[in-house]
Amino acid sequence: MSVIDGATDERIKKTGGLRRWLIRPELGGIVGTIAVFVFFGILAGDSGMFNAQGILNWSQISAQFMIIAVGACMLMVAGEFDLSVGSMIGFAGISIAMFGVVWGLPMWVAILITFAICMGVGAINGLIVVRTGLPSFIVTLAFLFILRGFTIFIPQTVENRTIIGGIAEAAQGDWLAAVFSTDLAGWLFVWLADIGLIDTFSRGSRAGEPVISGIPMLLVWAVAMVIAGHVVLTRTRFGNWIFAAGGDAQAARYVGVPVDRVKIIMFMTTAFCATVFACLQVFEFGSAAADRGVLKEFEAIIAVVIGGALLTGGYGSVMGAALGALIFGVVQQGLFFADVESSLFRVFLGLILLFAVILNTYIRRIITGER
Amino acid sequence: MSDVLVHMENITKHFGPVIALNGVSFDVKAGECHCLLGDNGAGKSTFIKTMSGVHKPTSGEILFEGQRMSFGSPRDAMEAGIATVYQDLAMIPLMSVTRNFWMGREPRRRVGPLKVIDFDLANRTTMDEMARMGINLRSPDQAVGTLSGGERQTVAIARAVYFGAKVLILDEPTSALGVRQTANVLATVDRVRKSGIGVVFITHNVRHAMAVGDRFTVLNRGQTLGTADRGHITAEDLQDLMAGGQEMAALEGSLGGTV
Repeated sequence: MSVIDGATDERIKKTGGLRRWLIRPELGGIVGTIAVFVFFGILAGDSGMFNAQGILNWSQISAQFMIIAVGACMLMVAGEFDLSVGSMIGFAGISIAMFGVVWGLPMWVAILITFAICMGVGAINGLIVVRTGLPSFIVTLAFLFILRGFTIFIPQTVENRTIIGGIAEAAQGDWLAAVFSTDLAGWLFVWLADIGLIDTFSRGSRAGEPVISGIPMLLVWAVAMVIAGHVVLTRTRFGNWIFAAGGDAQAARYVGVPVDRVKIIMFMTTAFCATVFACLQVFEFGSAAADRGVLKEFEAIIAVVIGGALLTGGYGSVMGAALGALIFGVVQQGLFFADVESSLFRVFLGLILLFAVILNTYIRRIITGER
Repeated sequence: MSDVLVHMENITKHFGPVIALNGVSFDVKAGECHCLLGDNGAGKSTFIKTMSGVHKPTSGEILFEGQRMSFGSPRDAMEAGIATVYQDLAMIPLMSVTRNFWMGREPRRRVGPLKVIDFDLANRTTMDEMARMGINLRSPDQAVGTLSGGERQTVAIARAVYFGAKVLILDEPTSALGVRQTANVLATVDRVRKSGIGVVFITHNVRHAMAVGDRFTVLNRGQTLGTADRGHITAEDLQDLMAGGQEMAALEGSLGGTV
């Protein structure tokens, strides 16, 4: 039986660099990102899409998608879905408004209570999924309706309306609200305007001020969450357990990975992301509305799938999901800049989703050697 | 017999009205390969799951290195030094060899406030351990899905050995493999045994058992039909025993009076 002791196996083909690149989950995202920038560079290059304001515009839209895509991506790698993300966004916004405005609590208390409630609901989602073994698709679909129902019922019953304003006033000077609403590095943009790199307002009360007052916290949150998610998923022990839980839960259990705990924590993470999204949104708009966040769960899932994650779990990349979100934002706003009928955006979404899923299935076959 | 690692005495296991095991005794010594043979439904799986902590026996004693043990979970058994390699649940195909090898016990190093997986150490160790088992990986990053069935079993065995298994239970490691891969796995079993680990090799293939076994125990209908040493039994006799067609009296002779 010494035949197997040979140094190299002559039957293993050398793998080319191209093939190695193909199996990176981010590949689709990278190619797609380049494609959309080239496309809109040609189609809308002179429309203002790529000046300072234009960039701020589509990067903010992309950042919104990124924030929910991070949670959805890690959950999908762990082998589960969360369809209640969109309802959770609406619910969290109304919760902040109810506690902070209607019931008059300090805004930071309202925010912390909202995080606790939402992550609690996330934990319940997870508990039901791991205890009953039901598909998370069904369990979180139930919560999609339950949360949306409460989101409308509570302000309607208490306040007789479903849009609550006055949040900006109530949040004045609040330290935690500032974490979601301050613009950073304003001096940089004043300087950029001084040297003529960005425009200033020419009229109105803000004449002479730069058109961009600073880097919105939305972008800071998005970048920070993408980096944090990426590091946790690829570099840490817990990240390895997320892959294991989604790859083969039973095999993971046999080597002692606490699969149930991992999945519950991932459901809480998507709830956390949805709540962050809601906070950024209510402090930007100064109001909360019961219809916010509709369809966001699907947009998050599409961004994640474009980013190369497998719907069946065990494979995916936060960086890929972030690129998926960037594609999303650039295309949505780019069509606007290019003056194309915006309903075509949905056609694009459907097509790119289909394409991404087919590509991912092919890549999965390469990785696992299935034929 | 001081080198007996695990001794299972008169184990019974009932699932409701079903008697899966009805008084099974079995032991494994350091450095031997003890084959557990039996036809489908003989109780092999139930027995090894009892040994590896998945099931609790209804009655009977498990002695580990002379101490009475009661394993509450596979994790307990694993920590005591009993590792099990399941035929199809050994590995996660989409994950890299390194990630699979260290799954659940990832080595970590500190980077600032963070603890991250020490991939240098993990990759190096994985390559070394696999080389010791006679498999040269192209890269520790390659997905387990690209390995052959035999190589996957070997990764699982190497993992168990590296993490200090004293007893290695292999659940039908060769039943889904081709001839050459089977030879590879059997060679690995031989290496593991020579390093002083007790191997429990479950199979229903007499030829695979004869190739590496030091002792052979046959299970039939939840009972042990007896244990035979290497050289005291022929493949034909083992085959007949597994089929269970002969009477106990007729078997005693062929088993050398050890029944």
